[in-house]
Amino acid sequence: MASFLADAVVYLGAAVLCVPVAKRLGLGSVLGYLLAGVLIGPFLLGFIGEEGKDIMHFAEFGVVMMLFLVGLELEPALFWRMRRQVLGLGGAQVALTTVLLMALTLIAGLPWQAALAAGLALSMSSTAIALQSLKEKGLSNTAAGRCSFAVLLFQDIAVIPILALLPLLAVAAPVTGGGTWIEGLPGWQRTLVVLLAVGAVVGLGRYVVVPLLRVVARTHLRELFVASALLLVVGIALLMETVGLSPALGTFLAGVVLANSEYKHELESDLDPFKGLLLGLFFMAVGASINFPLIAERPVLIVGATLLVMVAKAAVLLAIGRRAGLATDQNLLFGAGLGQVGEFAFVLLAFIAQLGLLDGTWTDGLMALTALSMTPTPLVMLFNERVLLPRVGTTEAPERAADTVEERNRVIIAGFGHFGSTVGRLLRASGVHATLLDNDSDQVDLLRKMGFKVYYGDATRHDLLESAGAAEAEVLVCAIAPEAAPALVDTVKRHFPHLKLLVRSRNRMDAYELMDQGVPHIYRESIDTALRLGADVLHELGVRAHTAHRAALRFRSYDEAALKELAARRGDKQEYLSGVRAAIAEQEELLRKDIGLDLDDHDHAWDSQEMRDGIAAAQRSTRATG
Amino acid sequence: MPRVLVLFAHPRLERSRTNRALLKALPASDRITFRDLYELYPDMQVDVRAEQDLLAAHDVVVLHHPLYWYSVPPLLKQYIDLVYAFGWAYGPGGTALKGRTQFHVVTTGGGADAYSSAGFHGHTLQEFLLPLKRTATLCGMQWAPPFAVQGTHRVDDSELERIAQRYGRLLQGWAEGTLTLEHMSGTTDQHHLLTSAP
Repeated sequence: MASFLADAVVYLGAAVLCVPVAKRLGLGSVLGYLLAGVLIGPFLLGFIGEEGKDIMHFAEFGVVMMLFLVGLELEPALFWRMRRQVLGLGGAQVALTTVLLMALTLIAGLPWQAALAAGLALSMSSTAIALQSLKEKGLSNTAAGRCSFAVLLFQDIAVIPILALLPLLAVAAPVTGGGTWIEGLPGWQRTLVVLLAVGAVVGLGRYVVVPLLRVVARTHLRELFVASALLLVVGIALLMETVGLSPALGTFLAGVVLANSEYKHELESDLDPFKGLLLGLFFMAVGASINFPLIAERPVLIVGATLLVMVAKAAVLLAIGRRAGLATDQNLLFGAGLGQVGEFAFVLLAFIAQLGLLDGTWTDGLMALTALSMTPTPLVMLFNERVLLPRVGTTEAPERAADTVEERNRVIIAGFGHFGSTVGRLLRASGVHATLLDNDSDQVDLLRKMGFKVYYGDATRHDLLESAGAAEAEVLVCAIAPEAAPALVDTVKRHFPHLKLLVRSRNRMDAYELMDQGVPHIYRESIDTALRLGADVLHELGVRAHTAHRAALRFRSYDEAALKELAARRGDKQEYLSGVRAAIAEQEELLRKDIGLDLDDHDHAWDSQEMRDGIAAAQRSTRATG
Repeated sequence: MPRVLVLFAHPRLERSRTNRALLKALPASDRITFRDLYELYPDMQVDVRAEQDLLAAHDVVVLHHPLYWYSVPPLLKQYIDLVYAFGWAYGPGGTALKGRTQFHVVTTGGGADAYSSAGFHGHTLQEFLLPLKRTATLCGMQWAPPFAVQGTHRVDDSELERIAQRYGRLLQGWAEGTLTLEHMSGTTDQHHLLTSAP
């Protein structure tokens, strides 16, 4: 018991210490956990020794859970809409990278099965790191962002068939295992069992799990629901393991099956903290198991191999991006963002080691390579942004004819997408010229052709704002991606406190964050449109247009007031409710508040019932007294 | 001492030289509350509750507006329609405005001579403001003869400056209690005020 507690303190302490530091340095939480693992591992502080490997087995469950959630969040509709990009770009990336890396490992002397396995593992990119850095910089909606998303989505899904494929490659008997049902079966029978098990999971998910969850939900005991969610994932993992299949595959499928059930959000928010913790543990275990003596023995080899793999991956990405018609700078972003080897490689490599496809030295080496490749991603992105991009394609500042005097615009619009451009057009039509900032190079090129003064780059950067004239401007309109808006607000508050900030937010949750930052002018992008539509519905039902219009406007001021009130009381609730759940609870509170709301603005228009009654009463009393 | 509420309603202040000059002379006093209605309610959605509270807390209500088609601009009309409410300003229990003074500051493009029975418009300014006077009376308010700035197209800068100063002194007078209805009794048109304002 005491040793368990001591272990827990070591792990949690290292995580609490390292992750915030890593995030602060812009390295992301995955690297934070890895560093924490390295720190407490046998090669540095030595708090944990060989048992790191056992912890890793336990922590692999975090990966299982992550795959369940990946399945849960996989929207078939989104996949279908992006199918060409996902299958085309993603398929090409995985296939080409695998072939290229397989060729390299073949040259290094591996048999083809092992080389293929290694190639597959290393073709994965890090969803966590890539999406995070794109999101933080508000680049999710650029061409490069969408391509990255498509490729990562394909990889997430591809893990499943790869996990199913790997046992077929294993020529030697698995080193671990024993006692599973499919052991000793020939390859094709194993495949048959895989298919049967998949069918079982789908059937169970649809006809057993959902009705069961319905019963549990009716008890209104939150912890019971959490328990059933855990039971579901653990149960499926156990079933798959007993059959001799990958638990990750099973839970992913279960996730997909449940994605369409009414408990999707419930499951998501209940399992999320467990996933986070276990994944953290997994990455720490990976960090702790990085074989530093191995690296120290052959530093040149490992570092060289890492660079080679990254260059190979980037080359494939750049080639695909070019084929897909990405402009040079978008393509560089695409290559830089996805050039690392991702966390799925750890999972695949662990599985590969279990199957005995690769020997210990190789898996240790590749694990070290994976971890090493993840580290420089933020640095590569930074290098790309600061050094490469300014030199190719779209320039950061608009070119200025030599003899024109630089005009100083009073307004800066950061983010010139659908929203920002509408604002800009209104201003321009009213004779106000604004300086524009955007980080989508395609968009920037187009706007410059149209004669707008546009700066290209990350609007949250103080130096870019400076060169766009933030020191002299009066108003800054923030219409960049909502994820990046708080960073922009921070920069402006610190360096340009005189600027009046008008910030677009996507929804209520974004608005709260901005309110916490003290932004007075926040514009939720959907509210006015929704109210206009609502007023038109009233009108269609026969309410006079002017009355409906006024009701909508009054509702808006009421809603703004409600927003402020809820914001003030939000803090305590946030501690135990997360994400989706908090939004639902708040929706409920709002709907409750709406009951009894009176949108009539005391306008009796000289003919209301109230007025007639009042006058009648007054006349009666006059007659009575007179 | 009385408190003065200035309800200013001009849809295009940026185009009105006269009204900009008048507003510049607005005295800074904690007894004078200035409300720029078109700035406050660009969408015509008057906050009835807030405006009623303000009216109740003041003694002199100054309606400052240009004359549009012989009447007030639409937002000011909307304001009166909504804020001077049944059961609050008039009707059973409607006594909230009782005893207050309603005072118009009006700017007109045409000169004072055009606003007479023999003039171009055929009626005096007071006659055109009759519905507003009746509104005030119905709500139990006292009617003060309006302060008019007329012939604004022809007033030159120095004359405008003098008028603006008078506007400022007038508001100051209300706020300090040195200007009362008695000073105005017997006046039938704006000229009296122009000459005798403190």
